[in-house]
Amino acid sequence: MVLSLDELDFGPPDYKEFLPPVSKKNYGKWKYHEHIKGGVIKHVAESGDEAYTVRAAIPKYVAAETVNKLCDIAEKYCEGYIKFTSRHNVSFIVPKAKDVDSVIKDVEAMGFPVGGTDHSLKAIIQCVGWTHCHTPATDSPSITKALYEEFYDEFKDNNAFPERIKMAVSGCINMCGATHASDIAIIGMHRKVPTVIDEIVEKFCSVPNLIKSCPKYAIKPKRGNLKTVVIDEEKCMYCGICYSLCEGMPIHNPEYDGVSIWVGGKVSNTRKGPLLARLIIPFMPNEPPHWENVVKVVRKIVDIYKANAEEDERVGEWIERIGWEKFFQITDIPFSDKSIDDWIFSVETYRKGTNFKMV
Amino acid sequence: MTRPVEELEKGKWPSYVTEWKKAGYTGLVEIYNKALEDKKTHFKHGGMVGYPGYDAGVIGRLSDMPEILGSSHVFRMLEPAGWFYKTESLRKVVDVWTKYGNGLINFHGATGSLQLVGIETENIEPAFEELAKLHYDFGGSGGDVRTLAACGGPAICEYSNIDTLDLYQALTMRFIEDIHRPRFPYKWKIKIPGCPNDCVAATARSDFAIIGNFRDAIKIDQNILKEYPEEKILKVVNKCPTSCMSYENEKLDIDMGNCTRCMYCINEFSKALRPGDDKGATILIGARARGRIGAFLGWTLIPFIKVEAPYTRLIEIIVGIQDWWDEIGNPKERVGEAIYRIGFGKFLFEVGKELGIDPVPQMITRPRANPFWFYWPGEVE
Repeated sequence: MVLSLDELDFGPPDYKEFLPPVSKKNYGKWKYHEHIKGGVIKHVAESGDEAYTVRAAIPKYVAAETVNKLCDIAEKYCEGYIKFTSRHNVSFIVPKAKDVDSVIKDVEAMGFPVGGTDHSLKAIIQCVGWTHCHTPATDSPSITKALYEEFYDEFKDNNAFPERIKMAVSGCINMCGATHASDIAIIGMHRKVPTVIDEIVEKFCSVPNLIKSCPKYAIKPKRGNLKTVVIDEEKCMYCGICYSLCEGMPIHNPEYDGVSIWVGGKVSNTRKGPLLARLIIPFMPNEPPHWENVVKVVRKIVDIYKANAEEDERVGEWIERIGWEKFFQITDIPFSDKSIDDWIFSVETYRKGTNFKMV
Repeated sequence: MTRPVEELEKGKWPSYVTEWKKAGYTGLVEIYNKALEDKKTHFKHGGMVGYPGYDAGVIGRLSDMPEILGSSHVFRMLEPAGWFYKTESLRKVVDVWTKYGNGLINFHGATGSLQLVGIETENIEPAFEELAKLHYDFGGSGGDVRTLAACGGPAICEYSNIDTLDLYQALTMRFIEDIHRPRFPYKWKIKIPGCPNDCVAATARSDFAIIGNFRDAIKIDQNILKEYPEEKILKVVNKCPTSCMSYENEKLDIDMGNCTRCMYCINEFSKALRPGDDKGATILIGARARGRIGAFLGWTLIPFIKVEAPYTRLIEIIVGIQDWWDEIGNPKERVGEAIYRIGFGKFLFEVGKELGIDPVPQMITRPRANPFWFYWPGEVE
């Protein structure tokens, strides 16, 4: 029976029924928390009650059987309550200190590393990439897996870095992976204009909508056949908005699509406040499934950050302190015109004056 | 030679491909292997799918090789506030998804929704009806209010200045019709972190960010502070971004008139320092990823506002801005881009005035350096 309109719009489950007893009892009355070891946070309430968060990474997709196993652990040690985090982790709120190590043991026995707290590599945010989407220029899940293989130990270590490192991977510049404000971000890039397939555009797409959708006014009606469009190659910036609207404008090009690397973004207001990530490498070819070269360059940036940053300094704060010219020098990353902004917000990024480091 | 998809099952880090195989989702494994080999996606536009009465909540996904993988749609379920679940309830969701979908779950999508992955078109209706019995609703796709997101807040954290979970539930229910029926120029995201640490990335990813904040003094327990090594205290004092802290004779002093409540010292000395008692929120407007003209971080719209149930004032502001944007927004133009196009000043004159949002210096990092400003009709008489 199809639900009637009156039966719809009921909304999400009531969170009050899903809060673990220790959270319910001490709601709004927590006193402090401490990072005791990788992946484990101790919470203490005004009442004297304690709870321990055990945080573990899970793959982007999990099978039903895996969810049930995670639920088994939560039923054994957490009174049947389970939490997930804003960065794709699973989180067990353990009321008894003596159970913490058992939870860690059981979760790690499933193959899921416990970590992602304090000054570690935080869980990597990723979009679905080639596993489930029509727009990506690259494959976020396999890049993420490759980065995790490289930084496995740093995920589990609360003191891995001067400050936390948040990485994110987006398959295209829609940036569904929150890449624009991450310490190190990988973003898939198209580099060729969409191919207009007249027959599909004529049949399925709205020409006025297409024209209006283009931020660069690069789409025009085709002379002689107003049911389809042409693209001004010099104006197009490969954003893919037209392709999102119309299947007749495919933008993929396996030969030329690839990834770009951005650094220095951050969301939290601590110290310097929120920062946008900045472009340092405009293009690297797609190299699935292990992405050796992407991993190599990220490893290099991370190691240099680790060796040079002051304590409690995020990647962006460190670079802003030493200067971007210094960053390019010590990382030996070739600087190109692509890192110079020529879009509408460009002027504030240009150097004014002589206060720079000679290299 | 192992195929690329099987290569991804190797290594120490848990593999999503292994999870697909556990779920028996062969079609997805095969189509993905093809993508890895061809270095291009094999998904195409998904078409319109959904539940009668709703125009949002199901993401249509189709592959371009139907002989390998047919439809593989995704349900965007509204997550319980703060992503807290009872296992009893979660197991039932998983059972429904095993019966009608592919038993594959994504905890959680980038916006915060619980994503149930891989269902064929004909199973959408019966699957939703069973999920509805468990009180799980979906929504948030296209030009509508998207699934909201809130941090764990008062349920687990002492920093929370607002009841993030209650606010999540109240606003979700206030906007539930807009979550299900797209009517706006583009998406509208609301995120609710309890403090300026912003654990849900509201500053980067929400058109309307409600960030818990406080405006009185940071509370200091000098005796407990002494338990921390002096070296660490001096480091934090030295690194305070506004240099508003001093530490003399084992006593920490914070000049609150110059503090920006960045959370650095509170994070470092969780046992000894706490946010003040005069709690509320800061409202940022306009953040989003790329969009039409580039990524924006949210702009400070209201430096401080009290946030108490039933949240009447907050809702009035959200609705007021939505109505303006709904009228003037271009297709696929987020509210931040609309404000940028019209001008923040004019936005404040047109919308702010009506909503009682006055221009204040907290809104800017520095004033304009150009002489090109305008007087609005009626302003100069």
